[in-house]
Amino acid sequence: MREIDAGLIAEAVARMCVEANVNLPEDVKGAIEAARREEKWPVAKNVLDRLVENYSVGGGTPICQDTGAACVFLEVGQDVHINGDLTEAVNEGVRRGYREGYLRKSIVGDPLRRVNTGDNTPAMLYTELVPGDKMKITVAPKGFGSENMSRIAMLKPSDGVEGVKKFILETVELAGPNPCPPIVVGVGIGGTFDKCALMAKKALLREMGSHHPDPFYAELEGEMLEKINALGIGPQGFGGRTTALAVHIETMATHIAGLPCAVNINCHVTRHVTEVL
Amino acid sequence: MTKRVTAPLTKEAAAELRAGDSVLLSGVVYTARDAAHKRLCELAAEGKPLPFPVEGSVIYYVGPTPARPGQPIGSAGPTTSYRMDAYTPALLRLGELGMIGKGRRNGEVIAAMKETGAVYFGAIGGAGALLSRCVKSAELVCYEDLGAEAVRRLEVEDMPLTVVIDSQGNNLYETGRADYLASLKGIE
Ligand code: SF4
Repeated sequence: MREIDAGLIAEAVARMCVEANVNLPEDVKGAIEAARREEKWPVAKNVLDRLVENYSVGGGTPICQDTGAACVFLEVGQDVHINGDLTEAVNEGVRRGYREGYLRKSIVGDPLRRVNTGDNTPAMLYTELVPGDKMKITVAPKGFGSENMSRIAMLKPSDGVEGVKKFILETVELAGPNPCPPIVVGVGIGGTFDKCALMAKKALLREMGSHHPDPFYAELEGEMLEKINALGIGPQGFGGRTTALAVHIETMATHIAGLPCAVNINCHVTRHVTEVL
Repeated sequence: MTKRVTAPLTKEAAAELRAGDSVLLSGVVYTARDAAHKRLCELAAEGKPLPFPVEGSVIYYVGPTPARPGQPIGSAGPTTSYRMDAYTPALLRLGELGMIGKGRRNGEVIAAMKETGAVYFGAIGGAGALLSRCVKSAELVCYEDLGAEAVRRLEVEDMPLTVVIDSQGNNLYETGRADYLASLKGIE
């Protein structure tokens, strides 16, 4: 049994909230720059140049003003004992990180009565037990311009792969210029209603352009990226090739009666940082 | 070609802008998101004056990150505009002439824009760091309790924008995409 102090967790989360909002991951930068090289439409090239300029500003300025809901994913080794309150430690980390990093507080405590909590808590916390004695923490601030354009469908088994493709394309089409394209498209297929949505969200954490281990789905990812980039929406919706930077699909077993499909849209500010304690 | 535009706008200046134009905007803009729009419209409905001069005004849909010491503002890119659609026609009829945001507008907003001669500008969504550099000063106007969503008066200089919907209702989200797709077929 390994002991991890809750204070350490809070410290890590605070540090990661700031880091994630200020520095775009290298793979996301690489994807934007690769898209810029391939883009031929002048207006689109110009927008992509501006995006590169934007994430190069530095000085601790957040890349985007929507510093997001603090999505925190924990993989806790089952041989770890946490000294202190885990949820409170994560919230304390978010509170500190958002204050010290001059990040925006974008959370209302109640969805209908809508009063800002003032410190960006509570975190959207996902906890999973895994073998081992380590703790892996991923902080992924999620902007809502793109979150609002996400959708889930309980498709019928007879809808099959064509139904899935149609739903993904329809979602991107409906989103159009709203989620700050170029976008990253996270897709969950299978599971239950809730598991499916979670897979779509987790798909956004993957290394940009990485593929599903099953060649069938890896091919589907490639095909969907091509189809999305043939829509012509382009960066910011001003027209062009680069509508999406990547399509990531996650899958799992499901019920004989169902074919859940979730599409979680992320923007070009696809932020996430991981640390292992 | 880039056009230089000053805020507040005049009807004449607004009328000259066309969807697709690149613009550098300088002058005074006011920030407001949905929560502030709701309150502004409630004031207007009661026949009360708005807390800033609305005639010719340009409203920037932004909720910035807090300013670091010594800086006027934090990251300051646009938020998605459709959330303001329900409130926009009322403000346009009071004299608002420009809006800065990102994303589609509904038919009622576009109809009201044509009626009043207003313009909708797109700022690059997600370019909050870059756009913050165009803000020279920021001053609280009202609704401090809304935090990032408070109304602020910003002085901006050479803010890079694109005219998305002009006062005739031309819409870059439609034409830009159609032009690009046509270029692929070589039938421009
Ligand atoms: S969708 Fe993404 S890039 Fe656009 S404003 Fe929200 S967080 Fe920023």
